[in-house]
Amino acid sequence: MEKLFHLWVYLETTPLLGLAATLLVYRGSLEVARLARGHALANPVLISIAVLACLLLATGTPYSAYFQGAQYVHFLLGPATVALAVPMYANLARIRRSARAIVPAILAGSLVAAASTMVISRLLGAPRDIVLSLAPKSVTTPIAMGIAEQIGGNPSLAAIFVLITGLTASLLVGPALSVLRVTDWRARGLAAGTAGHGIATARMLLVSETAGAFGGLAIGLNGVITAIVVPLLAGFLAGK
Amino acid sequence: MLNALTLLVSCQFVGEILARGIGLPIPGPVVGLLILLVGLMVRGRPGGALTSTATGLLSNLGLLFVPAGVGVVTQLDVLGRNWLPVAVSILVSTFLGLMVAGWVMQRFAGPDET
Repeated sequence: MEKLFHLWVYLETTPLLGLAATLLVYRGSLEVARLARGHALANPVLISIAVLACLLLATGTPYSAYFQGAQYVHFLLGPATVALAVPMYANLARIRRSARAIVPAILAGSLVAAASTMVISRLLGAPRDIVLSLAPKSVTTPIAMGIAEQIGGNPSLAAIFVLITGLTASLLVGPALSVLRVTDWRARGLAAGTAGHGIATARMLLVSETAGAFGGLAIGLNGVITAIVVPLLAGFLAGK
Repeated sequence: MLNALTLLVSCQFVGEILARGIGLPIPGPVVGLLILLVGLMVRGRPGGALTSTATGLLSNLGLLFVPAGVGVVTQLDVLGRNWLPVAVSILVSTFLGLMVAGWVMQRFAGPDET
């Protein structure tokens, strides 16, 4: 028993525990998502976060102790954001061909999504850091967390809001687009990628390859456009 | 893979220096993304190593935001107090964003040639 206690004390002080737990839980969550046949709510990231959060709360482990190990995974977000340039480059010819439609559509979608979430949450009484963490919620997580940090929001909250937004978008994409009779698969895919990043795009990919391709190019382009637009918007919409 | 990883981290590094140095209101890694994109446009297609490293990182992108997501445990009381504005604003703004982006795209896109 005492040996076991010493082992625990040792594990608590090395970064190994947080790192191993993150990898193992994520690996397991992928299996669960696969067994659920890609159901919208069986998202492996959401499952992993829920399981790890419960583990921390149940064992009384402070987040800072967990992050000591998990930071090695977290650090790769930066290089992964830079790596988004590679699929964007592959889509460049397609972006150039219909830039006159793609750029205004993403710009409009980005502005509307960011402005409306900030105005609504503020009107309903959310404090400033929540409003600022909500602002980049339509963008792919690594960029959204960067934006949130930049404008004074909370990157952890931003990561959660991005996930919830992606799941919401994949459920709403059908009804929202049929209201305005948007039937063009390029437009449907682009809307999914702009409002719901990778999660909603993955849903579109199941129904149409064209929609998936336009969703994919919207993810990167919207990330860059929103990174420029949101800090400017935040200046006068977030309040004090 | 080493060359590709060095390239990615260097782009991020330069991006971070530019963003903070000039005080750009854009996150450093996004500036790094733009540097790499411009580099690819100037030099032509990415090499096989860069493509495979980028694909490897991006196909496991989900894993990379788990550690930050778990940080929600430090925010549970804030979230509990503000669940209504959070839920309503996400629902409404996601619906509006989908509608606007889809409508503008369909309005301005020509006939589909692909």
